[in-house]
Amino acid sequence: MEKVLKKGHFAFTGELGPPRGANAEEVRKKAAFLKGNVDSVNITDNQTAMVRMSSWASCLLLIQEGLEPNYQMVCRDRNRLAMQSDILGAYALGIRNILCLSGDHCKFGDHPQAKGVFDIDSMQLIAMVKKMRDEGQFLSGGELDEAPKMFIGAAANPFADPFEWRVYRLAKKVSAGVDFIQTQCIYNMEKFRQYMKQANDMGLTEKVFILAGVTPMKSVGMAKYMKNKVPGMDVPDEIIKRLQGVEKKKQAEEGIKIAVEQIEEFKEMKGVAGVHLMAIEWEHKVPQIAEMAKVLPRPKLE
Amino acid sequence: MIVAKRKPIEEIKEMVKGYQKVLNVGCGTCVSVCLVGGEKEVNILNAELEMARKMEDNPIEMGAASVERQCDREFLAELDDKVGEYEALMSMACGVGIQFLAERFPDKPVLPAVDTTGLAVNQDVGWYEERCRSCGSCVLGWTGGICPVTLCAKGLYNGPCGGTNNGSCEIDPEQPCAWFKIYERLAGQGRLDLIKEFHPANAWQDQVPRTLIQPGYEKAEATGQKT
Repeated sequence: MEKVLKKGHFAFTGELGPPRGANAEEVRKKAAFLKGNVDSVNITDNQTAMVRMSSWASCLLLIQEGLEPNYQMVCRDRNRLAMQSDILGAYALGIRNILCLSGDHCKFGDHPQAKGVFDIDSMQLIAMVKKMRDEGQFLSGGELDEAPKMFIGAAANPFADPFEWRVYRLAKKVSAGVDFIQTQCIYNMEKFRQYMKQANDMGLTEKVFILAGVTPMKSVGMAKYMKNKVPGMDVPDEIIKRLQGVEKKKQAEEGIKIAVEQIEEFKEMKGVAGVHLMAIEWEHKVPQIAEMAKVLPRPKLE
Repeated sequence: MIVAKRKPIEEIKEMVKGYQKVLNVGCGTCVSVCLVGGEKEVNILNAELEMARKMEDNPIEMGAASVERQCDREFLAELDDKVGEYEALMSMACGVGIQFLAERFPDKPVLPAVDTTGLAVNQDVGWYEERCRSCGSCVLGWTGGICPVTLCAKGLYNGPCGGTNNGSCEIDPEQPCAWFKIYERLAGQGRLDLIKEFHPANAWQDQVPRTLIQPGYEKAEATGQKT
């Protein structure tokens, strides 16, 4: 992914949620749909605070299948010692991309009474990985033997309030040392255009690769749920109306059509370096979406 | 002040089930102000326990005492002559007071009747909101006087996260987002520059039991004198 971005290609990344169990076959099955269609695959880390197969282990399964993983790490479940040792282990085993996240609060998950760690926050995690990579030092300042040369990513939500502040928070992540950003799912294109204009004006897009987040809607129900129940999500009424405008059987197809139109616009949008496709439990649709969005074949770079 | 809430009566009954004579000790400071562990609450709890045990045909005698502060030796000393006749002590003070009571009378079982919930402000009668986690390295100077360690559900130093929801925290629409409030207050003061800067990983000060000796008092501590 790093090479794709640095050579100026429009990147296309995917996402895979590990199973709630030790089922390696499940990971391989999902990975097969993504292979050849994306540059790298985000592996979520106990997403929505539900216990799942560990991100690094699922990353390894992907490497074995010939895919490039993007190792997601949240601050909720580990302190700085555990994080640094996992980063070293991940790099030693061939993982080259890391996405630094705060993590959903435990309250949302299957162990709501768990103690959230949050020893460091996502911004501090970015800075820690950068320090390990560029200075060859642990957070404590101690020397480490062989630096993990990670390509460092983070998330950004352009839509959560206060909207005026979001681009400054992006700037903070850039100054903390992030190389690439994958945004929250975008539905409100007008607001995203504004956000990107601010980011361009502040010179941020010259310092960081921004991948626009896309999640195709499967149904009107999903769109309403995202609008009303998912914090920080901005789903304009036009999207819901457009899905309502087609018969129920065709809503998923319409959702994909909307996503493809978005991707077409992102290709032309100044400062957008690629798209991050989060097809949640819809991995089998990725080949079709990639085809329709005309992002195939993916560049092969050594 | 320190606030606490009373434990459920069933839990308290379970703790005292093996005893027939227990001294319930209230505290006249924080827990008294927050309406959970003062003289009045001691009497109410005692009456409840005595009534419940009477109905079970297994009476219990609950003594009542309240001291000004259970976290202070000079006030605990008032109990020295009283505790001998009781099998166990119950405390309605905060966790600090309960421990100091237990330390004063190490031969007696000490039972907590309240759960200490934090350092809080008085929003209205009987309504308290936590404001401080006593982290030991105060950030209020650059966060507009709003504590992210206490009021952000993730304790972020570089918030807000992506879950801000119309000014609320993602965990609960009723819970304001601390970082949204920090942003608004600093914006109003024209001091947003304070949070444009990256704040590095915190050096936690609360990971070991802390002893504090104010400057100039080192000597008194060294003598370890007890009253």
